Amino acid sequence: MGLFLLRRLLTLIATLVAVSIVVFLVMNALPGDPALIVLGIDSTPEAQAALREKMGLNEPLALRYLHWAGAALTGDFGISHSFDVPVGRLIAERLPLTLPLAALATVATVTTAIALGVHAAARHGRLADWGVMALSQLGIAVPAFWLAILLVILFAVRLRWLPPGGFPGWDDPVAALRALVLPTVSLALVQSAILARVTRSSVLEVMRLDYARTARAKGLSRSAILRRHVLPNALIPIVTIIGMQIANLVTGTIVIENVFYLPGLGRLIFQSIANRDIFTVQALVMLFAAVVVVTNFLVDVAYALIDPRLKDRV
Amino acid sequence: MLKALSLAGALALGPAVAAAAAGTVSIGLQQEPTVLDPTADATAAIDTITAHNIFESLTTVNEAGEVLPDLAESWTVSEDGTVYTFTLREGVTFHDGTSFDSADVKFTFDRAMAPDSVNPTKGIFAPIVSVEAPDPRTVVITLKQPSAFFLFDIAQGDASIVAPESAETNKTNPIGTGPYRFDSWTRGDRLTLKAYRAHRDYTPKMIDTVVFRFIADPAAAVAALMAEEIDAFPVMPAPETLEQFKNDPRFVVVEGTTEGEVILALNNSRPPFNDIRVRRAINHALDCKAIIEGAMYGYGTPIGSFFPPHHKSYVDLTGLYPHDPEKARALLAAAGAENLEVTLVLPPFPYARRSGEIIQSQLAKVGIKVKIENVEWAYWLNEVYKARNYDMTIIAHTSPNDLGNFARGPNYFYGYDNPEFNALWERIRTESDPAKLDALLKEGQRFVAEEAVHGFLFQLPRLGVYKKGLTGYWKSAPVLFAPLKDLRWN
Repeated sequence: MGLFLLRRLLTLIATLVAVSIVVFLVMNALPGDPALIVLGIDSTPEAQAALREKMGLNEPLALRYLHWAGAALTGDFGISHSFDVPVGRLIAERLPLTLPLAALATVATVTTAIALGVHAAARHGRLADWGVMALSQLGIAVPAFWLAILLVILFAVRLRWLPPGGFPGWDDPVAALRALVLPTVSLALVQSAILARVTRSSVLEVMRLDYARTARAKGLSRSAILRRHVLPNALIPIVTIIGMQIANLVTGTIVIENVFYLPGLGRLIFQSIANRDIFTVQALVMLFAAVVVVTNFLVDVAYALIDPRLKDRV
Repeated sequence: MLKALSLAGALALGPAVAAAAAGTVSIGLQQEPTVLDPTADATAAIDTITAHNIFESLTTVNEAGEVLPDLAESWTVSEDGTVYTFTLREGVTFHDGTSFDSADVKFTFDRAMAPDSVNPTKGIFAPIVSVEAPDPRTVVITLKQPSAFFLFDIAQGDASIVAPESAETNKTNPIGTGPYRFDSWTRGDRLTLKAYRAHRDYTPKMIDTVVFRFIADPAAAVAALMAEEIDAFPVMPAPETLEQFKNDPRFVVVEGTTEGEVILALNNSRPPFNDIRVRRAINHALDCKAIIEGAMYGYGTPIGSFFPPHHKSYVDLTGLYPHDPEKARALLAAAGAENLEVTLVLPPFPYARRSGEIIQSQLAKVGIKVKIENVEWAYWLNEVYKARNYDMTIIAHTSPNDLGNFARGPNYFYGYDNPEFNALWERIRTESDPAKLDALLKEGQRFVAEEAVHGFLFQLPRLGVYKKGLTGYWKSAPVLFAPLKDLRWN
């Protein structure tokens, strides 16, 4: 187990270094002059040159990468070109929205999907199964942003039960949670549709195996078989999909935060890319990459815990 | 007397009205600024929020575009039109309590004129030779030559008066002398201003708290208004959504004008657009009414030149190139430019994207094959604006008095270089006599229209949605700023 973890950890670090080089090169190769964006099309070339110098954009590329990467290792992500405040502070301001939103959406996704998936599998071929299958098909087909707009029209504009968007901050936890209901549902519905189908087919597959039949033969109740024998063995594909979905949630928040005008990381990266705010984009991409890589790492660890045979193989 | 009347009115109408008058207005904006210093960044939303609300300038401009006194209560101009002597207002304070005097004005102008200055509109300060502050209430500004636009230009956000103590931190904590002071800003969500009670124009009827909400998505903007999360959206991004607000008794839809001329810019430096016959052919091929109808849902005013229709010196030149595909074909044939294939680069603004598709089909009817290329803003700035690597593009020029764009020489993205127009613009720019200026501006409009430098499409409208009962906002926008101090709940 120790060697396994160490190898996974080294891969994780190598991936992050590779990502840092790629994002740096892409951000610097993209056409678009940050100084011109700040100063606008009526500015003079002298003012643009003065600002470029101030932003440190005239240094050689390799030197800029080393400066940036070196500082980033110490937790200093530089000063945002367009906001003129430290990037670390910009990100810290946005985390209290994006983290709870992603966490709520993940919890909602996993609980709904596993409950529905197992329920459908247990009633395989019957009405409940058909219902779940039809609903999940619909969920997969519907884009999250479109669903979000429909939810807003119904619950915010017509019924006035929930706010149409925005975020009042955590000073008032009830208002904050109310603001997060529709975004969470928009994110979770589509994701749980996929996960419910995977759960159902994985559970069905295990239920067909010999040991499930044996357990039934020895007189165990249906729910006991599901709980003790089927679910633990059906978990591997479910955990894989959950891992992928956490990565999807990160990108999903970019869209959802725009539809609900929430002050989160997704909106920050949207704005920063348009502004060619190099330091902010780099830091955010690194953060998103780290979330994905760490999730994958945790999924691998989870495999080893769920199925002890796997850890000998890797 | 007035005061007594309004007091009686308030008493008669009861506490509900009184609460509303002291209250809050939430204003939706599509674009969020990244910093709050109008002297360091050209983003239009900075001027919308800060200029003449948080900051003030020596002069200001009213909704009709006329120059009025602001921090300078009066001024005199020397006989030759080059020396301006301003008398400053007394008793003005910055929001941090420090007092305002001529030293702040001198500091502001010197800072903007310095070689390492990052002021986005250094052109405002280019004609200045010197700024002197002989006593605390007097500022003397000497120009190189007379100027037609100087008093108008120094009213803009770029010339906001800042104090040496706070100039460096204005980006995140703006401190000015205006009727509203900066209160708080949750980036990505909202920015709050509070009425500044020490301001000379303060009255208890002023809206106490103004909250700007940043909503980029048009569908979200509509939902926020419908759910009454916000009270106003002065610049609605999607004209097709206005119908539902017109039919809703809770709202008022307002159509005003802006300084934004939308043009089909032609790269005059490369064939086939270096040939005036091809440019005229394109103007004959365009049907501006159909473009306004299709792309803007009928909102917008056709233009025949590069000049706003609401300006007093406007000349209607929309009849110069009537929509006439036959004539366009004939002109193209005469120029030997049949079967043209050109690209049309479109920045990410709805007016550009939607007009582009209609123009594509209009030009196809005269035998010009147009390939559309949709690009993002940063790419447009680099490839079209800086590198001039394009055939045609669609863009709105939102600055006032920008006829001088045609005199910016071969390195400007128009690629238009005509010594005759350069000389004409020089005369316009330095003309301080209003009657002569009026005649010259008319000549300038005719010149660029005759030359058919671009396809002149329409004046960008300002389409706002407001809650019924809100008054005192500007319908039209002759400048980038929009003062809040006259806002009231009725």
